[in-house]
Amino acid sequence: MLSSAELLNFANSHGIPLWAMDAFIAALIALGLFAAMGLGFMVQVYMERKVSAGLQLRYGPIYVGPKGSLQLVADALKFITKEDVFPSSAEPWIFRLAPVVMFAAAFLGLLVLPFGPGLVAKDLNVGLIYVLAIPSIGVAGVIMAGFGSKNRYAILGSLRAAAQMISYEVPRSLSLIGIIMIAGTMRLSSIVDGQGIWYIFLQPLGFLVFFVATMAELNRTPFDLAESESEYVNGYHTEYSGMRFGFFFFAEYMSLFAAALLTAVLFLGGWHGPGPVILAPVWLLIKVFGVIYVLMWVRWTFPRFRIDQVMDLGWKVLLPMALVNILVTGIIMSV
Amino acid sequence: MVSEIIYFVTFALVGIGLVTLVLGLSKLLQTRKPNEIKLSTYESGIAVTGDPRIQYKMRYYVFGLLLVLFDVEMIFLFPWAVVFKSLGLFAFVEMLVFIAIILLGLFYAWRKGALKWV
Repeated sequence: MLSSAELLNFANSHGIPLWAMDAFIAALIALGLFAAMGLGFMVQVYMERKVSAGLQLRYGPIYVGPKGSLQLVADALKFITKEDVFPSSAEPWIFRLAPVVMFAAAFLGLLVLPFGPGLVAKDLNVGLIYVLAIPSIGVAGVIMAGFGSKNRYAILGSLRAAAQMISYEVPRSLSLIGIIMIAGTMRLSSIVDGQGIWYIFLQPLGFLVFFVATMAELNRTPFDLAESESEYVNGYHTEYSGMRFGFFFFAEYMSLFAAALLTAVLFLGGWHGPGPVILAPVWLLIKVFGVIYVLMWVRWTFPRFRIDQVMDLGWKVLLPMALVNILVTGIIMSV
Repeated sequence: MVSEIIYFVTFALVGIGLVTLVLGLSKLLQTRKPNEIKLSTYESGIAVTGDPRIQYKMRYYVFGLLLVLFDVEMIFLFPWAVVFKSLGLFAFVEMLVFIAIILLGLFYAWRKGALKWV
């Protein structure tokens, strides 16, 4: 691994402008993250299918590869070679751009997420606000998918999904104010460093609100109103097929991973754990997959809420709870 | 600061570029056999009548307005929380008053039934 000073020297001695050097390194990191996320996507989908199968007393994938572990490679091949149908009534550009917006928004969120001490693409000092703000641009992708498809199910699905996502963004962000008050910073790595005691113990109410709002934000059951099959087929991506649908799917699991990583970083002590520093990313990954397992467990255990119940829970229960959390944290810290 | 913007822009470009690349690859690999029925809008097997992009109910936009309201509140809350420790009790009470005023608005909307999804 080259240090930044060596890189600076290299750039200076060869007459390469600094911004080009920065852009080159950023591009390499982005490609690496894309590959890692591709692998993570397969692991997560395999895990989801095995966990759901386990919870419902089924086998899940068993035929392709040992214990069905190559099933996702087969699925990826199918996605890429399958015809993607382009409905003749769809708005061409909005329809095409929707998966790109969804994917890019989820991918940009990874910029500030730390995978270990120093293992982060760019440790912004506004990391926390960034990681809440940028991925929510994905809502625009959802609306575009709905309107671009010119399909009744898709439009209804996208409007509901958008309403749900913007509603839960409020309690989700407000529940993290308590953490910022304790940590005194929004830099994610500093928040991890400050966690002598895990913030889940200092902010139990904040964690509860954040976790429920995260589930809703990810559109997972019990909040999967966006694609409730029994109500409107497949929601906003009804008309999508082939690789275009594949990117919606990819973005969804990337957001799941990012959300689990954020939960581990903010509440579960990040990479802190016994053993030498080299084990830090391992501890973080164990925590991340623990969180993902809990999210899957919830998804395959509970039935779906009704849309008005979902909106009520967000505005009338979680939002006041998040504000109470700020109040309680403030009082305890002031006294 | 410049470096951060470069990272952001590069990430955005790589993200968009990779999607385009993979979609292009998929276009080369797939067999396309479109026909009229396949390309028609999915409507559970019946013909589509009228434009599906209907006017949506007014209630929907109230949620959008509430989001804007609370997002603006959050913009003030985040920097306040960062320097909370050094501000002392006065700033805490100030912020409580601010939140209380906005909560008043939320309760007004609640009582008026704007938060009801029908």
